[in-house]
Amino acid sequence: MLTLQFVPYSEIENLNSSKRIKKILSLVKEETIVLLEGRLQKEEETELIQKTMEEIDDKFKGIEIGVIYPEVKDTVFWRKIQRRMIRLLLGNREGFTVIGPATIVKEIKRDPDKIQLLTEETKRKKK
Amino acid sequence: MLGIFKKFFDKFFNRLFRRKKKIKLGIYGPPNGGKTTLANRICQDWLGEEMGTVSEVAHETREIQVKEQITIKSKGKELTFNLVDTPGIATKIDYEDFLRYGMSKKVAKKRAKEATKGVIDAIKWLDDMDTVIVVIDATEDPYTQVNITIIGNLEARNIPVLLIANKIDLKKADIKRVQAAFPQYKVVGISAKFGNNIDQFYEELLNLAS
Repeated sequence: MLTLQFVPYSEIENLNSSKRIKKILSLVKEETIVLLEGRLQKEEETELIQKTMEEIDDKFKGIEIGVIYPEVKDTVFWRKIQRRMIRLLLGNREGFTVIGPATIVKEIKRDPDKIQLLTEETKRKKK
Repeated sequence: MLGIFKKFFDKFFNRLFRRKKKIKLGIYGPPNGGKTTLANRICQDWLGEEMGTVSEVAHETREIQVKEQITIKSKGKELTFNLVDTPGIATKIDYEDFLRYGMSKKVAKKRAKEATKGVIDAIKWLDDMDTVIVVIDATEDPYTQVNITIIGNLEARNIPVLLIANKIDLKKADIKRVQAAFPQYKVVGISAKFGNNIDQFYEELLNLAS
């Protein structure tokens, strides 16, 4: 059975980077697939990889991560500024981030507007 | 906040006095993309010696390797740098994957442990790089989060990036797919193993770093 947990951005917006990562990793280590509203900052993504590497052991093999993000091309200058201001004030709530334990989620593929999770089961079926 | 300002000023002064310090050219990418094969190609071409060992088993390079004072020349331009070959960046490492290559459980676990440390070190070294070559296996799907994260972080640090679509000697290779995934970057298709298109690679590297 797969467990998916939705984490709204409001749950992480007041946390600093290490606490955000700690929260995500603790959920993933409980074999939960996290569906995070928005996305982590670029530096947080590398920090997540670093922390994941530190935690790898015989049981926890790491994570699979995928971000689905709307690539909106603003041609009007003030729209660009407006979007940046919203991001600055409210955080990056656009898109979704899927983070799952590597023991369950074998691969995440993007289309790029849809996301496919290849689980252990689907891999076995493919073979 | 202070950290951001410190990084900005460090970078600013580093770039201002770049000519006086040694340029660090990093090779980054996911495991098994051909980073060390490319590092060996560069070292063979300009120093006449190899840099590291390569293997079909992922995470063969598990420590940062540096080769100092490499000078490359192309079309009247010249560049001297220290080449930094880094372990492949991954989000998962399973020792059981290594067992399939006939390793004992003890050896496989040791390799996995070293590989995790290698990933951490590779990320830590990102801040020290002046220019980075990202090596992507052109036979694989380039639109992975590891590739996006590496490139996004280099972009955030204002580090010039050259994308290499490696393994073009293989039938499955698709440079256009790599270019489509990262349209804002120059992509050079090469075969680090056989040297295909390597002159264009040196030319683009000189253009980028200078």
